[in-house]
Amino acid sequence: MNMHDVSTQDSGNSEPLPLIGLKPELSISKQPLFSWAVPAGFPSPADDYVESCIDLNERLVQNKEATFFLRVQGDSMTDLGILDGDLLIIDRSLPVVDGNIVIAAIDGEFTVKQLVHQKNGYVLKAANPAYSDIIIDPEENLEVWGVVRWAIHKLWP
Amino acid sequence: MAVNDQRIALIDCNNFYVSCERVFNPALEGKPVIVLSNNDGCVIARSQEVKSLGVKMGVAWSSVQPLVKRHNIIALSSNYTLYADMSNRVMKIISEFSPDQEVYSIDESFINLTAFKHLNLIDYGQNIRSTIKKFVGLPVCVGIGASKTLAKLANHISKKQTVFAGVCNLTALQSGELNTLFSKIEVGEVWGVGGKIYKRLSQLGINTVLDLKQASPKRIRKQFSVVMERTVMELNGQSCISLEEIAPPKEQLMCSRSFGRPVSSLSELIESVITYTTRAAEKLRHQGSIASSIHVFINTNPFQPEEQQYNGSLLVPLPEPSDDTRLLIAAALAGLRSIYRAGFSYKRAGVMLSGLMSAGQQQTGLFDNVELQARSKSLMEAIDRINNLMGSGTIKFLGEGLDKKWKPKSERKTPCYTTRIDEIPVVYAV
Repeated sequence: MNMHDVSTQDSGNSEPLPLIGLKPELSISKQPLFSWAVPAGFPSPADDYVESCIDLNERLVQNKEATFFLRVQGDSMTDLGILDGDLLIIDRSLPVVDGNIVIAAIDGEFTVKQLVHQKNGYVLKAANPAYSDIIIDPEENLEVWGVVRWAIHKLWP
Repeated sequence: MAVNDQRIALIDCNNFYVSCERVFNPALEGKPVIVLSNNDGCVIARSQEVKSLGVKMGVAWSSVQPLVKRHNIIALSSNYTLYADMSNRVMKIISEFSPDQEVYSIDESFINLTAFKHLNLIDYGQNIRSTIKKFVGLPVCVGIGASKTLAKLANHISKKQTVFAGVCNLTALQSGELNTLFSKIEVGEVWGVGGKIYKRLSQLGINTVLDLKQASPKRIRKQFSVVMERTVMELNGQSCISLEEIAPPKEQLMCSRSFGRPVSSLSELIESVITYTTRAAEKLRHQGSIASSIHVFINTNPFQPEEQQYNGSLLVPLPEPSDDTRLLIAAALAGLRSIYRAGFSYKRAGVMLSGLMSAGQQQTGLFDNVELQARSKSLMEAIDRINNLMGSGTIKFLGEGLDKKWKPKSERKTPCYTTRIDEIPVVYAV
């Protein structure tokens, strides 16, 4: 039984990102822990305690139809924990609230910033002192593309 | 059976393909954009800016080049993977607004709102519009009427007349207002009125929607058909066409494409026929059917009249109805070999599966090898499952060819933004 455990450990290094797709089939294996067949007639005492395992789709995607994924390029949001190359999960169904991290379309490109309400109107704030904020002209209508719900950061290649 | 006092809504996405592209590429906003058909042949979707320039639906891409240059029109190849995913999202959102839904096409859906009659249906429609716009970024219009035909007409009105702000509820209008509105719309806009019927109606002096609405159903039945009689009844608020909540399985399945360049060798035709048969077989299994025969055809290009023309086609019956890709390929290739003539430049090839029946209906023949059939079933299921999970074409028949030089052109295709992790859009943190 131990050999079995050792051999599965190395296969745990597969890329975690593709697992979080919209296809539920792609999610982490649905096998509950300890589900091997019992060879003889004696029932496992654990059978009554088996629970379904943790499903990341369920945790990270609350509204499947309104959820989209984007990839970050740049380091203007590092102080809020969003790094270059991170995967963002956007939930467009969320109401836009002051202080949210949002995706906005500026000059034909998607940009990720913190939406902050100040006395002269809204500002899209960077989270890195090296970058300047974008002040939204109150005359112009800022259209928020979506609210960022999660940032997924890969720690192991 | 006609039913009175129904409330049917048709929700239709505006310029669906172009709108899908704009959601993921904000640079396309406000610019003239067209989407081209398979093989980049003709224009199949236009943004409002392009419609205003007078570019018609279905025109050849080559014929609009001067306009494209003059107005900087952005042309994209069709990205059906993206459109299908966005369509599924829209349909799911719509389904939350009514227990009865018919998905009518990739960008249209009927729902029955009779149960919500006590509500203000214009507000209800606006709620549908703003929810879809917020959740997936797509603009839609909503038409509401007492029948499917009226819902469809209402949708047309909601798109054309800005005063309705995207939601037109014909059941909220007084009959006088309704008739004035209908007297200004050509009868050709009515669902099911087109081509020949349209011409014959105008010979009878029926030119507007109002004319048709006020025509005698009996007379229309005599001069046209029961179907047209139903249309007249539907225009008068009697619902005759019910919602088809489950699409009936297709009785024929076709898979055919134009080649990206002329093809004359048998080996390339074989690759294409194997590719199309594989795809058709996937669709066949997806709808739970088996086919009795496969029709294979190859055509030269009729738009090159100076070239020698040849159209070959053959219906090949299968030894027994099947959904096994291997059997279907064998039959299709037998057909292809017998219709192939050397020395022609072929433009198109395709297959059509016919004599479809439900996979459960199959009778076991006296000489059938039951064990072989069971193995075929599990093999096909395994292939479909893998291709479904890992992406189309992960497992394929080698005969499809690896580089497929004949493949249709799609040189301007955008990424599969929502279905492939390595093609998701980039957001700049700069």
